[in-house]
Amino acid sequence: MNIIVCIKQVPDAKDVRLDPKTNTMAREGVESIMNPFDRHALEEAVRLKEQHGGKVTVISMGPPQAEAVLREAVSCGADEAVLVSDRAFAGADTWATTYTLGKAIEKVGEFDLVICGKQAIDGDTAQVGPGLARRLDIPYVSYVRKITDFLNGAVRLHRLMDDGYDEIEMPLPGLLTVVKEINDPRIPSLKGKMKAKKLVIQTFSAEDIEADPKQIGLSGSTTQVVKVFAPQFKGERAMLEGTVDEQVEQLLEKIEPIL
Amino acid sequence: MLKIDIEACIGCGVCVETCTYDAIELIDDVAVVNEKCNLCGSCVDTCEVEALSIEREEKDVQADLAEWSGIMIFAEYRHGKVAPVSFELLGIGRQLGDQQKAPLSAVLLGSGLGDAAKDLIAYGADAVYQVDDPALEYFTDEAYGNILEDVIREQKPEVVLAGATAIGRSFIPLVATSLATGLTADCTELAIRSEDGVLLQTRPAFGGNIMATIECPYTRPQMATVRPRVMKTAPYDANRGGEIINYQPKPERMQSRVKVLKNVLEEQDQVNITEGDIIVSGGRGLDNEKGFDLIKQLADAVGGAVGASRAAVDSQWISYPHQVGQTGKTVNPKLYIACGISGAIQHVVGMQSSETIVAINKDPDAPIFDVATFGIVGDLFEVVPKLIEKIKENRGE
Ligand SMILES: Cc1cc2nc3c(=O)[nH]c(=O)nc-3n(C[C@H](O)[C@H](O)[C@H](O)COP(=O)(O)OP(=O)(O)OC[C@H]3O[C@@H](n4cnc5c(N)ncnc54)[C@H](O)[C@@H]3O)c2cc1C
Ligand SMILES: Nc1ncnc2c1ncn2[C@@H]1O[C@H](COP(=O)(O)O)[C@@H](O)[C@H]1O
Repeated sequence: MNIIVCIKQVPDAKDVRLDPKTNTMAREGVESIMNPFDRHALEEAVRLKEQHGGKVTVISMGPPQAEAVLREAVSCGADEAVLVSDRAFAGADTWATTYTLGKAIEKVGEFDLVICGKQAIDGDTAQVGPGLARRLDIPYVSYVRKITDFLNGAVRLHRLMDDGYDEIEMPLPGLLTVVKEINDPRIPSLKGKMKAKKLVIQTFSAEDIEADPKQIGLSGSTTQVVKVFAPQFKGERAMLEGTVDEQVEQLLEKIEPIL
Repeated sequence: MLKIDIEACIGCGVCVETCTYDAIELIDDVAVVNEKCNLCGSCVDTCEVEALSIEREEKDVQADLAEWSGIMIFAEYRHGKVAPVSFELLGIGRQLGDQQKAPLSAVLLGSGLGDAAKDLIAYGADAVYQVDDPALEYFTDEAYGNILEDVIREQKPEVVLAGATAIGRSFIPLVATSLATGLTADCTELAIRSEDGVLLQTRPAFGGNIMATIECPYTRPQMATVRPRVMKTAPYDANRGGEIINYQPKPERMQSRVKVLKNVLEEQDQVNITEGDIIVSGGRGLDNEKGFDLIKQLADAVGGAVGASRAAVDSQWISYPHQVGQTGKTVNPKLYIACGISGAIQHVVGMQSSETIVAINKDPDAPIFDVATFGIVGDLFEVVPKLIEKIKENRGE
């Protein structure tokens, strides 16, 4: 059972805010963290490995400092780590990202399962998982909230829908994206931390994965951000006054037209 | 690489503040970029002296770019109904189509579609490509994706829109990747620039803390998923004319490696928080699972869905599909009633675009009041039962 987990290092979104007046980022030391959904992807992979044997390889495309999240992943149970890093990858949109990750995974070799987070909290696109599955020409299921059975050559799972869930069977190799409900990620073990410290992280450059320069980074991107601005907040902070009865009356008057 | 014109730079530091990635520093009063730069471009726009630029290689433009025209939407059909977001897509699609003087079409896939195609026409579609086949009874990414891809290749629309739902956000990336074109997720604003027909796609990023406008200049179609409940539905006109085309996919294109064994609906009325007009949400202030019954009663009384903060979900008072926020769902109903929720930023980003927000919290300093339209400082165990009682009273129950 070889499982690959895709992990992204992201700025902690709660710290990121644009000042609506100056349109500048009110950034008080934005921390870089492991994308929260990817933690759940990793945990699920490590659990599957513990039950069925095999190996978990974590892979991240990013700048050199993304190594930190890979080491963190190893301290939480991953066996091997690959950093896909090259200046030429900068500016990648999801199209260029899936191309690059796809090439890197092909170089890593045989696998049974790829697990991604539902989405990365910087771009919130949720496009990399499905796009990557297409690049690797494998089936995929998004928004997985539970793996129920691991059969020979297939996996059964529950996929979250807007109004409930689907019970699904997917043949292997395949790709999953997971929601946080799937598990409670563990904290790093002492042994894991030791291992993470010592582990040599493999680094793949654009040349190593034989990437076509026209498909990667900014030049490989199909989309382009042309403007960034602060959202408008509507909060009017109208606090209702009076006794509870009076407040409830006032509120109902205000919201009656919507009800 | 980000280029900084040292002559032009006045060392004001605005770009340093703007960069989410900590990639620009001021050294000797000029901006210097470091290796953390990922060319996102946020800073370029904010530089008042235009000292920043990103050099792009001239990209190959798709050869047949000019041949693509018209707007196409994916009409989501489940459990015998067209999802409301599809009509909203027709609303914005009609607007964009009229501007481009180009037709608006819809692709409708499923089994037992009935008169759904006629409804799509009444709501603004000029043509509906439908496939009504038992093989499409359950949604699968591959079958739906393959068919949509084939229709797009044949019809060559310049813009393709789908709802940013659990279905749309899952299979549209497959279609876009297959077509080798760009895709923008979860848009809240769309407009076409008349000079060159480029679709300006605006969407929240960083959990709603910033907005970004995105273009797909070199390839067609320009694809976007659109957040439900943001666009306006066009008026229904039963007399509108339109064409229904029974599209015949190749049998192998209707197959899927992934098999759906069963489709389970959950507490249908109260769980579909992404599409309802009203959401009543509860948080840790409810104290326990029993407390949550109060939320359900209020939701029943106002005909709304039930939402929850992560604290309530983590305490297992309610299931995860109800969670609103950064790691749950993003919602924007007409009315959002937050009871016993403090308003942590991770919760707020998921509900701040609701039209009217009511907050009930006993702590007057709770941050939820900053985004609330109406706030009641008080004990929810006192306020909510009164509210339910009064609503029932007003209805003469
Ligand atoms: C990476 C990450 C992702 C997250 N994602 C999400 C997310 O998607 N959604 C989400 O909601 N949270 C999310 N959180 C958690 C978030 O930070 C908060 O912890 C959470 O929203 C708090 O929930 P709460 O408001 O119900 O609880 P609390 O913060 O404990 O607030 C309870 C409130 O109830 C009030 N109260 C108590 N008793 C009463 C009473 N009797 N009457 C009236 N008011 C009362 C209190 O005054 C208090 O304001 C995330 C956190 C992290 C780190
Ligand atoms: N640069 C990256 N390196 C590794 N994995 C990534 C990267 N970008 C995205 N992913 C994976 O794809 C998922 C969805 O990301 P996104 O489509 O960007 O929202 C994430 O949760 C990760 O598992």
